[in-house]
Amino acid sequence: MSSERLASADGNRGGPALSVHGLSKRFGDRVAFQDLSFEIGYGEVFGFLGPNGAGKTTTVRTLGTLLRPTSGSAIVAGIPLTHENGVEIRRRVAIMPESPGLYLRLSVSENLECFADLYETPDPKDRVERALHAVNLANRANDICGTLSKGLRQRVALARALLSDPEVLFLDEPTAGLDPVAAHDVHELIASLGRGGVTIFLTTHRLEEAERLCDRVAILNTTLRTIGRPDELRDRLFAKALTVKTLAPLTDPGYVFAGLPAVESWHQDGQATYVVVVSDLATAAPAITRALVTADAHVLSISESHHSLEDVYLELIAEEGEARVT
Amino acid sequence: MRLSIRWIRAMFRKELRDYRRNAQMIVTMAYLPLIFLIQPLVVLFKVPASTAQQISEAPVLLYMLAIPALAPGTVAAYSVVGERVQGTLEPVLTTPIRREELLLGKALAVFVPSVAISFAVFAFFIVCVELFTPPGIAAALVQGPELLAQVVFTPLLAGCSIWIGVAISTRSSDVRTAQGFSLLATVPLAVPTTLMAFKVIPATLGVAFGFAAILLVVDGLGWRLISATFDRERLIAGTR
Repeated sequence: MSSERLASADGNRGGPALSVHGLSKRFGDRVAFQDLSFEIGYGEVFGFLGPNGAGKTTTVRTLGTLLRPTSGSAIVAGIPLTHENGVEIRRRVAIMPESPGLYLRLSVSENLECFADLYETPDPKDRVERALHAVNLANRANDICGTLSKGLRQRVALARALLSDPEVLFLDEPTAGLDPVAAHDVHELIASLGRGGVTIFLTTHRLEEAERLCDRVAILNTTLRTIGRPDELRDRLFAKALTVKTLAPLTDPGYVFAGLPAVESWHQDGQATYVVVVSDLATAAPAITRALVTADAHVLSISESHHSLEDVYLELIAEEGEARVT
Repeated sequence: MRLSIRWIRAMFRKELRDYRRNAQMIVTMAYLPLIFLIQPLVVLFKVPASTAQQISEAPVLLYMLAIPALAPGTVAAYSVVGERVQGTLEPVLTTPIRREELLLGKALAVFVPSVAISFAVFAFFIVCVELFTPPGIAAALVQGPELLAQVVFTPLLAGCSIWIGVAISTRSSDVRTAQGFSLLATVPLAVPTTLMAFKVIPATLGVAFGFAAILLVVDGLGWRLISATFDRERLIAGTR
């Protein structure tokens, strides 16, 4: 990303890069998404997670002015989301759809030259070269897109999205269908863009992808279920816990853990593994250690229980499923 | 609204490059002109010199205006639905290009080669007639007013045919269906000139002017009307 572009964009950055208030989209009777409200700051990498059919792609298309919202409002890259502002918004954002959508009979550079003109870039040839360098495809510029692998096509699509130096870059499932190596390459590219200060709105259902790349995530299932930093969400949803592993099962674990300061509850999780739910790690950990030593237990490890973003996601989606059943 | 030449040119160049490498499109562009070239040539090669007087009384060459009336619409019918089927329409619609420029770029990419092919086929036809038909036939066939009619009506008919094709293309979800419908929908365009060629309608200057004026209005309105009804949402989501 060019430093001059970032500098000029900074000049316009009084407010958030994306500000969404009560946004909804319906197709007839079907609700695609409903009552979305969130804000994204400039330079933030924001993950938008949700199961298939949750409304992720529709949200991207709506914020990218391809679809008209049914209700609510949004400000995209400083411009109110209205039909009249469509051209101006599209000048400031770029969308990489899930399918690369390349002209397969055209070469890589021909594809990008067309889009460089559509984005009115000042020096199209130079910009195309820079975009190809950014995705490590400079040596494939003359290849016909139809001959490229899926991973390379995805990279060309990413180069295309970078042509306009967008203020907000929407990436819709950028690693869908890619093998682990190709997905890793795309992750590296996204991470480098994030480090370069590009505002990225990343939709995905790959939770490890969101956890690795995103500053904040939102979980969507037609309505916004939660939003925050991955570690915040874990703390919000899961109680703090310590996992205690001993060489042999404790003879009376209830006696060992009961009544210790900051210990709220405990349960056995395997033959000689105990999960102790605590209110304060710093208080509970030394007390548990002392109690284990007193009980003459052979302690293998005491560690903080880790919940992944996947746990958060599954918990939220499961909660919603249960709510629907009841 | 001020049109962006750069956006129109970008679409025009992209479409031309794509068509040039698309065997299906080349066949589509070629087969109708070939039919309308070979069929009259075969007839003319067989006619005796004595029929020259008869030929001179009818504007037979107007029959060849069926090429710009039918062929461009079939190609234009691919322009939007083709992109939609390939999945290339969404990336284009996410760029700042307005629907007016998008459609004009696409239309021009069909218009230029179609008109060039129509004139080339017509020129080839005239050369063949001059070289290979019995004496007197060429002189009877090739007349000033008819040449002028070819020059004036070819672009006008091509324009109309293209807008019919694009209109059908924006409403279709299958390329073959769009092309079939387009061919059917453009047939009425070839009717007036064909009827003149067969002396059903008198080929007078007034009729020619009237027909040209109608085509000119339809060309202009076609672009505006199709642009106004071009709906990104329906094309992307398939619904409203």
